[in-house]
Amino acid sequence: MRLIYTFLIFFSFLFFNLFAKDISTKEAEIFKNIRCLICQGQSIADSNSEFSQTLKLVVKDQIKEGKSKEEIYDFLIEKYGEWIVYKPTFSKNFILWLLPYIFLLLGGIVLFLLIKKRENTKTN
Amino acid sequence: MKINFKITLVLITVSFILFVFFLSLGQKSQYDTRDLIGKKIDNFNLKTLEGEKNITEVDLMDNEYTLINFWASWCSPCRAEHKYLIKIKNNLGLRILGVNFKDKNKNAIDFLNELGNPYSYIVKDNSGKQSIKFGVYGIPESILINKDLIVVKKFIGPIKKEDLELISKILKNL
Repeated sequence: MRLIYTFLIFFSFLFFNLFAKDISTKEAEIFKNIRCLICQGQSIADSNSEFSQTLKLVVKDQIKEGKSKEEIYDFLIEKYGEWIVYKPTFSKNFILWLLPYIFLLLGGIVLFLLIKKRENTKTN
Repeated sequence: MKINFKITLVLITVSFILFVFFLSLGQKSQYDTRDLIGKKIDNFNLKTLEGEKNITEVDLMDNEYTLINFWASWCSPCRAEHKYLIKIKNNLGLRILGVNFKDKNKNAIDFLNELGNPYSYIVKDNSGKQSIKFGVYGIPESILINKDLIVVKKFIGPIKKEDLELISKILKNL
C-alpha cells in the first residue's frame, strides 16, 4: 500500500511539473512574439516597461482561462493592430508567406530555361 | 523583335525591388492606434474610485458622446492636460469617464482636489489590465466614443488646445 502511495505522489508531482512546464513554455513563446510598443525593437519578454508588465499579466490571465495562442494574438491584434506581433499572421499576409516559395519556383524555372538554352546552343 | 532574356530578367527584378520600396514608403513609421477608430469598445466593468459601485459600458450609452480619459496622479503630462479636460467639461458639457491607471486612491483624490475634477465618473484600474481592453499603451490617452460605444477619435498623449477644438467640432456636428 505504501508503495502505491509513493507512486501516486511521484506521478502527481511529475504530472504537475509537466503541466507547469507546458504553460511556461507557451507563455514564453507568446511573450517573445509580442512587440513592446514603447520600446526599441524589444519583445515584451525582454522588456520591463510598464506596458510590457501589464501585457504579460493579461497574457497569463488568458492562458489560465484556457485560450489558445491564436486567440490571444487575435485579441491583441484587434486592440493594437498587426504590428503588435512579430510573426505576421498567415491569413492577412499570405503573399508574404508564399513569396519565398514563389521565388524558389521562379528561380528554378529560370535556371531550367537557361540550362536548356545553353544546351540548345551547344547542340546547334 | 527578339527579346533579350537576361535584360528582361534584370528589368523584372529591378521593378520588383522598386515596387517593394514604394510599398514600404506608404507604411507607418510610428505605431499608433488609428485602426481602433470605428470599432466598438469591449464590455468593461470597473469599480469607482471610492469603490461604492461599478461602472459598465451600459452607463455610457445614455450620453451622445463620452470621452474616456486614462490618467494617474504620477503622470506629469496628465497634469498638463487637466486644464483642457476641465474646459471640455465646463464649455462643451461632454461627460468624461476618468480611468485612474495604476495609482493610489489617496494620491488620485489629492490630484483632483488640487486641480479640479472634470470627470462625471471615475473608475480605477489598479493592475492596468482593463486598459489593455481599450488598446491603451501609455498614459495619458483619451478615447472619444459615441452612444453606440463606437470609437470616434483617439488621442494619444495629453489633450491639447487643438484637440479641444476638434472635439468641439465633432460635438457640433451632432
